[in-house]
Amino acid sequence: MTSFLILLIPFAFAGLALMNAGLVRSRNAAHTLMTTLTVAAVAVLAYVACGFAWQGFSGGEAYGLTVGKQTWNWIGAERFLLRGVDFDGVGGLAAGFGMFTAALAAMIPLGAGAERWRLGPAAASTAVLAGFTVPLIAHWTWGGGFLAQFGKMYGLGPGFVDAGGAGVLQTTGGLTALSVAWLLGPRRGKYSGQDRMPAAIPGHNVVFVLFGCLMALIGWFGINAAAAILFYGASPGRVVLVAINTTLAAGSALLGSALVTRTRFGKPDASLAANGWTAGLVASSAAAAFFPPAAAIIVGLVAGALVPISIEILELRLFLDDPGGAISVHGIAGLWGLLAAGFLARLPGAGDGQWLAQLAGIATLLGCILPLTYGINAILNRFLPFRVSLDGERQGMDLHELGANAYPELVTHLEDFTQR
Amino acid sequence: MKLAGFLLLLSGWMIALTTIVLLPQAGSRAAFLLAGVAVEIVGLVLVFRGHTQPAHHQAREERG
Repeated sequence: MTSFLILLIPFAFAGLALMNAGLVRSRNAAHTLMTTLTVAAVAVLAYVACGFAWQGFSGGEAYGLTVGKQTWNWIGAERFLLRGVDFDGVGGLAAGFGMFTAALAAMIPLGAGAERWRLGPAAASTAVLAGFTVPLIAHWTWGGGFLAQFGKMYGLGPGFVDAGGAGVLQTTGGLTALSVAWLLGPRRGKYSGQDRMPAAIPGHNVVFVLFGCLMALIGWFGINAAAAILFYGASPGRVVLVAINTTLAAGSALLGSALVTRTRFGKPDASLAANGWTAGLVASSAAAAFFPPAAAIIVGLVAGALVPISIEILELRLFLDDPGGAISVHGIAGLWGLLAAGFLARLPGAGDGQWLAQLAGIATLLGCILPLTYGINAILNRFLPFRVSLDGERQGMDLHELGANAYPELVTHLEDFTQR
Repeated sequence: MKLAGFLLLLSGWMIALTTIVLLPQAGSRAAFLLAGVAVEIVGLVLVFRGHTQPAHHQAREERG
């Protein structure tokens, strides 16, 4: 059962890839999909080479750090290249799940860096994300690391719970997207008006984006169910509840986004509603196997409503250009899902103080993972500049980096599609 | 400003971890944990402000 669920995860790759491709202009479409494939390839190699060794799994080998009378388990100590992994046991399943989900997390920053992040630096950044950053936080949460140990050692129920990767995968990806967006700066023409108002730069194919949402749903069933079974001992019968909650959260999030955009702009915005759907999937990942269905609706509704609001704040007030909405969809919705799990989920062994454990996990993501991922990407950016040249950006990433357009029959003579 | 912001993020995290280890009572644990997250939010604001200024500069340059 768990193996089959893990095999559903690549549907989430396809979903995110289609969404990212649809949200960019036509002159960057092939580059976006090519980067997605490259990043997936680099991520699985990096994860297998060293990521799983550092992630490990609960009950496996790990390094500890003694604090007072307690030993904090801080990084896995398995062997590189999956040597010694028992593929008939939990270790093999954890390795398979980790490989696919590390690749998924690595695709998230592409949404924020779209239309200006060069292929080579994106691959380098991915190698570190999938080979070190994601395995580190995954070990702390799923591999018997200190965030999970808080429960037993300091009376915080089951410790920090993330039963589908809302924090480990989505928020980590979202915070990396934030770092990349900071380092790259906005796209040319985004803030060039006299009033410094951001120009709307619509994506070239909203059908891709909406179809990507449906593909992602199937992948998310796999992620949420496999993680709950593998890391939190949920019974395989919970798969139905996971599917119900994941769909409810996505659906109510889409309605939340559509309602907010309908109220703000007079009509529901298709691409923002699609982002809302994905935010619902992301938030559901915190505890899809443990939310009552009514709670999943609330979690999704809030996540969906948050997306258009946070995208507007980031773009208008904070001058952050995130073409795919990755920071809001994966970062902010992920954090919301983790917090909601502390209050609304029925986690086994959890008490009144579960929200404190969730807050400790959120504090770790913001206080440790964000500086770490920003620092790594800032150093990489020094040696391997992330941003394409001005000419390359004007020409389009397809032609500049790949030598051919995605749609060669479409010749664009205008400077841009931007509204001025 | 960016560096100060990142240092505050790390400090907030340290406050949160230390709180869990040193304070077993639920009330004080919750208060200090929230204080740690509040320090992180201040850090995040500083990092955002540090990055907003170059964005203004880029917009001015593009206007010519």
